[in-house]
Amino acid sequence: MLAWTIYISFLGALALFLLPSRRAAWARILALTTTIITFAITLTAFIQHRTGEMLTVAHYPWIPSLGIQFSLKADGISLTLLLLTGVIGVCGVLFSWNIEDRIKEFFAFYLVLLGAVYGVFLSFDLFLLFVFYEIVVIPKYFLIAIWGSTRREYAAMKLVLYSFIGSAMVLVGLIAAYVAAGSKSTALGDLAGYPFAPHFQMWAFPLVFVGFGILAGLWPFHTWAPTGHVAAPTAASMLLAGVVMKLGAYGCLRVAMTLFPLGLGPWGFHVLGFGSWRDVFALLAVIGILYGALVALVQKDFKFVIGYSSISHMGFILLGLMTLNQIGISGAVVQMVSHGILAGLLFAVVGRLVYSRTHTRDLTALGPMRLGKVIPFAAFTFVVAGMAGMGLPGFSGFVAELMIVIGVWHSYPSLIVFVAIGLVAGVAYIWRSMQMAFFAGTDLDTDPPPPPLPPISFSERLGAGILICASVIVGTFPQLFLNVIHPALNSPLFQGLRKGGW
Amino acid sequence: MNWIVQNLWLVPVLPLLAAGISALAKRKSRTLAASLAIGSMAFSFLLSVWAFAHVLWLRSNGQATQQVFNFRWFQFGNDWLSLGWVLNPLTAVMLVMVTFVGMLIFIYSVGYMEHDENFTRFFCFLALFASAMLGVVIANSLLLLFMCWEIVGLTSYLLIGFWYEKPSAAAASKKAFITTRIGDLPFFLGIVWLYAQSGTLLFYNNGAGCLEHASINHLISQTTAIGFCAATGIAVLIFCGAIGKSGQFPLHVWLPDAMEGPTPVSALIHAATMVAAGVFLVARVYPLMSAHAGIATDLTTSTALQAVTWVGAITALFGAVIAVAQFDIKRILAYSTVSQLGYMMMGLGVGGVAVGMFHLITHAFFKSLLFLGAGSVIHGCSGEQDIRRMGGLRKLMPFTFATYTIGMLALCGFPFFFSGFWSKDEILHAAHSWNISQAPYYMGAFAALLTAFYMSRQMFYVFGGKSRLAESSEDHSHSPASADHAHHHGSSAPHESPLVMTVPLMLLAPFALLLGFLGTAAWPWFQSFLDDTQLTVNFGALLEGSMLPVMLSSSVIVLLGLGIGWWIFGRRPIKSAEAPDNLGRLSPPLFTFLGHAFYVDALYGATIITLNTQFSKISDWLDRWVWNGAVKTVTNIVLGLAHLDNFIDTHVVNSGFDEGCQSVSRSGQILSLLQAGRIQGYLKIVAGVLIVFTIILLWKAKI
Repeated sequence: MLAWTIYISFLGALALFLLPSRRAAWARILALTTTIITFAITLTAFIQHRTGEMLTVAHYPWIPSLGIQFSLKADGISLTLLLLTGVIGVCGVLFSWNIEDRIKEFFAFYLVLLGAVYGVFLSFDLFLLFVFYEIVVIPKYFLIAIWGSTRREYAAMKLVLYSFIGSAMVLVGLIAAYVAAGSKSTALGDLAGYPFAPHFQMWAFPLVFVGFGILAGLWPFHTWAPTGHVAAPTAASMLLAGVVMKLGAYGCLRVAMTLFPLGLGPWGFHVLGFGSWRDVFALLAVIGILYGALVALVQKDFKFVIGYSSISHMGFILLGLMTLNQIGISGAVVQMVSHGILAGLLFAVVGRLVYSRTHTRDLTALGPMRLGKVIPFAAFTFVVAGMAGMGLPGFSGFVAELMIVIGVWHSYPSLIVFVAIGLVAGVAYIWRSMQMAFFAGTDLDTDPPPPPLPPISFSERLGAGILICASVIVGTFPQLFLNVIHPALNSPLFQGLRKGGW
Repeated sequence: MNWIVQNLWLVPVLPLLAAGISALAKRKSRTLAASLAIGSMAFSFLLSVWAFAHVLWLRSNGQATQQVFNFRWFQFGNDWLSLGWVLNPLTAVMLVMVTFVGMLIFIYSVGYMEHDENFTRFFCFLALFASAMLGVVIANSLLLLFMCWEIVGLTSYLLIGFWYEKPSAAAASKKAFITTRIGDLPFFLGIVWLYAQSGTLLFYNNGAGCLEHASINHLISQTTAIGFCAATGIAVLIFCGAIGKSGQFPLHVWLPDAMEGPTPVSALIHAATMVAAGVFLVARVYPLMSAHAGIATDLTTSTALQAVTWVGAITALFGAVIAVAQFDIKRILAYSTVSQLGYMMMGLGVGGVAVGMFHLITHAFFKSLLFLGAGSVIHGCSGEQDIRRMGGLRKLMPFTFATYTIGMLALCGFPFFFSGFWSKDEILHAAHSWNISQAPYYMGAFAALLTAFYMSRQMFYVFGGKSRLAESSEDHSHSPASADHAHHHGSSAPHESPLVMTVPLMLLAPFALLLGFLGTAAWPWFQSFLDDTQLTVNFGALLEGSMLPVMLSSSVIVLLGLGIGWWIFGRRPIKSAEAPDNLGRLSPPLFTFLGHAFYVDALYGATIITLNTQFSKISDWLDRWVWNGAVKTVTNIVLGLAHLDNFIDTHVVNSGFDEGCQSVSRSGQILSLLQAGRIQGYLKIVAGVLIVFTIILLWKAKI
């Protein structure tokens, strides 16, 4: 049934393209229905497969001569991320309710993007995964270039180029692996079980890891992300930061690390204190955490603050992966969910609740508008989302960061201090932007009253409410997700990473 | 297991529900929000009393007084991370204190916040705060404690910044949150370290908890690279969290500024409960704090406890010295809180859980009484907070005056009848017999002298003489502190506050008076209750050893402090708001008068006061420039780094990308010259190539 998430999304997109052009309300309802159905499917699947074991969804031969199959499977990690995609998909439509310009094309591209994301999370054949991974790029480009703001052509082109560079690196690595394994099969399970030579893994691993890492905002290849997020329309930046960046992290874990586990091993010599690719990427992740937080601290554009905060939070995910212990990696998966929800929420607040009303994102210009009084709901949502992101207990960010930090403590005790500093810097930038954007105005009687803004609509309240609830659920009952993540991590696929035990 | 132990979670959850409902309620539903908050606190109070009674019952039956309830939260690798709550004497005492004081302050707030348009939101935040604070109290897991601790910090932020339109309030709330968060950082690292070492964060879990013997012994046996044992390192890191939350030196800077919040908030959060959370934390993890590698005897003190003692002693003195030179009624109390929290820390360090906690409990009552009294004064004076502009309120606000006097005497530790005397005396006595050094004792004793002095100064300024409020009424509206309150009241004549505000004062006053008798040396009920030892009535204990000298000397110190205060401020009424402080104006007439019979005593007084004024100034200067400056410097360095990063990102990382793009497009342009789009051009090339190929073919054919 899970395969229908892909088909329904694509069918919905097709139906939108064929719709008579003047019916804006129909387009909205059609898009909302499609996303709700896919969300319902992911939720049902998540509830039904409580054990998190590998579940075959669809399996057909596709190009038998090359050993390529149309193979869709799901384990606990995929299920978790599919559920995230479902939630963000619905909320993205809710926050795009106001779009009037070429609405059916907008939602059509949106659904294509969503369907491709579902496809990546479900594919267990590397060729198929790569195809979906490439499809993701195309609607992304159009969504930004047509409906975007602030230097949209530049941002869209930059995003596409970075994505293709990443894809090219991934493709080289995958073809090399396919050939080295005897050109029999492109199934992930078969290739992950194949004992590649250590020296081969040593160069293939960083290639594929960086290839996926580019999309996950790996420092210093992150520069597409802030500009891309800022230029994108709200729903697209929600999807972009919420799930598309997760595709990169998912690829790192699912493909790079399972195919080439020996690539994480020690080189046998030390350069500048680094003994393995693992050390290198762990350090890059920590730099990303600190760097993203620091840069976010001095931004003038509200959306850039959130854009750079994504870099910081994605650093946590990559760092969690590099701990190579069960706590750290499951923490990284929980952080993927957490950041997906919270980045979606933050972009919704900044892009939809604030920018589409005030038509400026300049923090100094927002202050005098006294948004805290005029649209208190936006202020409230931002405070909650910001707190959750900085790791306030009770929300998803806290459990995820806690698990990652404990994982790091076991693997890289010396990095813990920098991670902790990153956590404090996270407080500072959220605080600064919150104060400047919502509470900077003084309440003197001499001032002219703030200009009235359109009230917050029901769909916006609903979307924000769903995302906040999701964050609280992850934060208070992380076991719901860990129940399915742990069996997945203990499956044969991750045999090479476990080396007999976490 | 008893019902109350299993359902102890209800105590924090009830206010949480109240907060949730009032968050969803409309802004106009004021009665609903207030009654929900007060009602939930009343229920929590009843449950707390039940829990307390249950512990008492266990004790009288000779059973173990500690009962825990743990449950699994989520899986950490192959282990489960458990949370839970614990009911033991420490929990029971704190629960009753927090719910009772909290309930009274909630009731008081109905009167104080009556005119505020965000009344509903205020009660929502208050209830949320109470819930988080009660969570801290019952937590049986360091992680759960930390989670609630963070929410306490958040609500504190929200409540300090409640009047966020005032820039000073917004700044103060930010400062409070970030300063305490700096302390929480080592705390968090300590938690992670503890988890990595002992594999559990539950305090008590049938022998497997991190505060129980097996785990403590394991932690002692682990030695870190720097030489001390892991237990010490973890304890010091955890203590850093307490330093931040409890306003200990050098992280105390946020607490005086936090007085920008509404006065009930100052009373509830920044006097009675939240700031005491740090002290409570140290008390909770006391087995870890007191763990040391040597032979376990009472005579040796662990490194962590020494740190606690010294930080506490320095803070106690430091806060008291600064309080002497303040003019804002709430700031005086704030610095006094800093000083008293230092006492509690010192008490924990030198005397153990019971000594520190006893002062915490008595302080909670008399300091919230003082703050609510101050709030009543401010309310009565239409928002005025400067003590130089008050005066004469003794007659105008009789209830407030009477209760404030009780609170003030309790804070000073006036001998025998006031609770502060007994709890402070416990600390001083323990400090006197501390085996490491006598210095904390002398610092504490000197701070006690100062406490009596500055409180009497405040009393004479506020309640003595004639009202000076009218003379300053013309520049009244410009005073920023009064802005929030001034427009609520038409009349500027001081008046007594409504019953809803004075009744809580009158309910708190008896506790401020009598609570001390629960823990006298003759009948140390409180100590035996907390330490779970046999209670004996022994009036002889009052006379044994160093008990009597310490008690007498501290009585003399208090009387001396009050006397000096009267000497300088009370003898002649303060006439004008603009007149310089008597303490700063050591005028010649004063010196001639000192030349009389009390010459020696007076000389002591004068020298001490001069030194004191200088020291106050130095401390104030340090407070303003050095500690604040240090914070600013760090901020600027971070900002500088951030700008540098931003520069690198824009000009290096990004321009690399742009350069790459440009070189690609340049080469594209060169190539595009070939495809100019003119058919003639293409045909020319085709023709040329054709000719060349023909020539080549002909050439080959010839050969």
